[in-house]
Amino acid sequence: MAGIEIRNIAKRFDGNLVLADIDLAVADQEFLVLLGASGCGKTTLLRIIAGLEVPMHGEVRIGGRRVNELAPRSRGIAMVFQQYAVFPHLTVFENIAFGLRMKKLAKDAIDARVRKAAGLMHIEGLLARYPGQLSGGQRQRVAVARALAMEPEVLLMDEPLSNLDALLRMEMRAELKALLKETRTTTIYVTHDQVEAMSLADRIAIMDEGRLVQVADPIEIYRNPATRYIGGFIGSPPMNFLPAARQDGTWEVAGFRVAGPRVDRPELVFGIRPEDVHLADAGLSAAVRVVEPLGAHQLVTATVGDQLFRIVLDSDVKIVSGDALIIAPRTGRARWFDANTGVAIPWSEEGA
Amino acid sequence: MTKAVFAQSRPARHLHTGRWLTAASVTLLCAWVLFPIYLILVNTLSSPAEVSGFPKRFFPSFDFGSLLFFYNFRGVIGALINSILVASLTVVLAIGFGAPAGYALARFRFRGKNAFRILVLMTRAFPLPLLALPLAVMFIRTGLDDSVVGLAIVHSTLALPFAVLITYSLFTGIPFEFEEAAWTLGCSRFQAFRKVVLPLALPGIAASGVFAFVTSWNEVFAASVLTIRNRTLTAFLLQNLDVSPLYLKFAGGAVLVVPALVFMFAVRKYLFTLWGIASR
Repeated sequence: MAGIEIRNIAKRFDGNLVLADIDLAVADQEFLVLLGASGCGKTTLLRIIAGLEVPMHGEVRIGGRRVNELAPRSRGIAMVFQQYAVFPHLTVFENIAFGLRMKKLAKDAIDARVRKAAGLMHIEGLLARYPGQLSGGQRQRVAVARALAMEPEVLLMDEPLSNLDALLRMEMRAELKALLKETRTTTIYVTHDQVEAMSLADRIAIMDEGRLVQVADPIEIYRNPATRYIGGFIGSPPMNFLPAARQDGTWEVAGFRVAGPRVDRPELVFGIRPEDVHLADAGLSAAVRVVEPLGAHQLVTATVGDQLFRIVLDSDVKIVSGDALIIAPRTGRARWFDANTGVAIPWSEEGA
Repeated sequence: MTKAVFAQSRPARHLHTGRWLTAASVTLLCAWVLFPIYLILVNTLSSPAEVSGFPKRFFPSFDFGSLLFFYNFRGVIGALINSILVASLTVVLAIGFGAPAGYALARFRFRGKNAFRILVLMTRAFPLPLLALPLAVMFIRTGLDDSVVGLAIVHSTLALPFAVLITYSLFTGIPFEFEEAAWTLGCSRFQAFRKVVLPLALPGIAASGVFAFVTSWNEVFAASVLTIRNRTLTAFLLQNLDVSPLYLKFAGGAVLVVPALVFMFAVRKYLFTLWGIASR
């Protein structure tokens, strides 16, 4: 149980700057998710915290003490790898006990801890088997149990669910979340799946090309994405974006006048989530192309101007392909982004 | 009820002859290899009289007379012991240098890695008869001639490329993540190797060891040139080729061939991965 401080970490591989200016603080017992596309540097950052990679400069502190010079085994961490790395020549029991035997614990203590960890992961019945006899999901549980048995200060997980099928992934997600809350372990979890990130995290740290783009709790990221990229990445279906041109004092979006930020720029990007628009008398003209009834609601794919626009509406409203709709954004839900950099421009309707 | 129509499928003519040809050449190759072994086995297990006599038998009479004669022939036991000593030392040297080299090749990135791999294989390209005389001169100068150690060094040089390549393919097949996982669980670098990598690699290392043993066991030329009094069995038999009776030659041949066959058969799986490397 310890907090982590990462200060000014950078890393280069063969001349490529993989991480730059990473400053991050993880609170004790917090579940932080490192989210980003492949190649953004999230796994590298995790490995630097674990001690498997050496940063170019910067400092890592775990529980208040500097760990840069310490080997992985002295950092108080336990790690779950993407491919599980469960040792094939040892039984499940021996796998889970591996770290405890290295610590030279008493035989009874080892036995107790192994059984406890196995119980937490529901694999008590598999202790005598070899990994080769287990399914992927079972092996993943062994990997997690092995890390939990160490009772580490910090738990590091590198995309542990990515090799499981969709249903199992969903089950394990919920189990993991409950489990880690119960054991109150500080956890850093790496994933590229935004649904996983949203469902598991206390806070999400979004990374893009080696830099931290936004670090906030899931709802904050959902409501107020720091960049257009995040707006389009988080949430399914993704945020809609329309170009907005300045029109003396207000902004024009696809022929519709909207109040917006007072900035000295000729154009901006107007963003609105599919569920944050409603049918109105005045607003954007949308020509319906496809209607997908999803049970609780319906997903309408339309065109506004010449752009694809998605709308989520209640299933009660009858909509068919070819309809012409007028939709207006909900108050306070529109988001504005710079047309060149994609950075969000904060603005509130109340302050206008 | 509709009548199903089945197309008559006949194998194409050329396919048939192709298969026949393959079968024929395989049979020929097998016979080429198996016939001498069969001859050796038959004659070894026959009495001396039967070997020299005529007509020859097809089935061995399981008379151990030839083998007994072989055992009692002066110098044979000494030569046998020498063969075993040299081969064992070769295994130690080949694995001792080859396994770490294979590990380094599998795990580390360094400049000239590919060149090194090719170079290691190319050492086999040198014909031993060409090197034997200069080697003999060098050995006499350094005092290594006519010694078990000296011959073992030469044999290790022959076995090393394969030890390196087999262990390289072996360690490549063991994910580095295993070692990293061991590090996070409390192991030092060496402990991780010993507890995780070694148990998984041991069968393969044993196989390279066996390959090194057999390479040394069967080696004739260097053994003959570099040893005089401490002869290995191969050199001994070669030396006495003209003066020994036929059944001695057969018995000696059997003692040389059979262990090699048995060992190679036991580790054939790892030799297949070796060809896998060569074809990559």
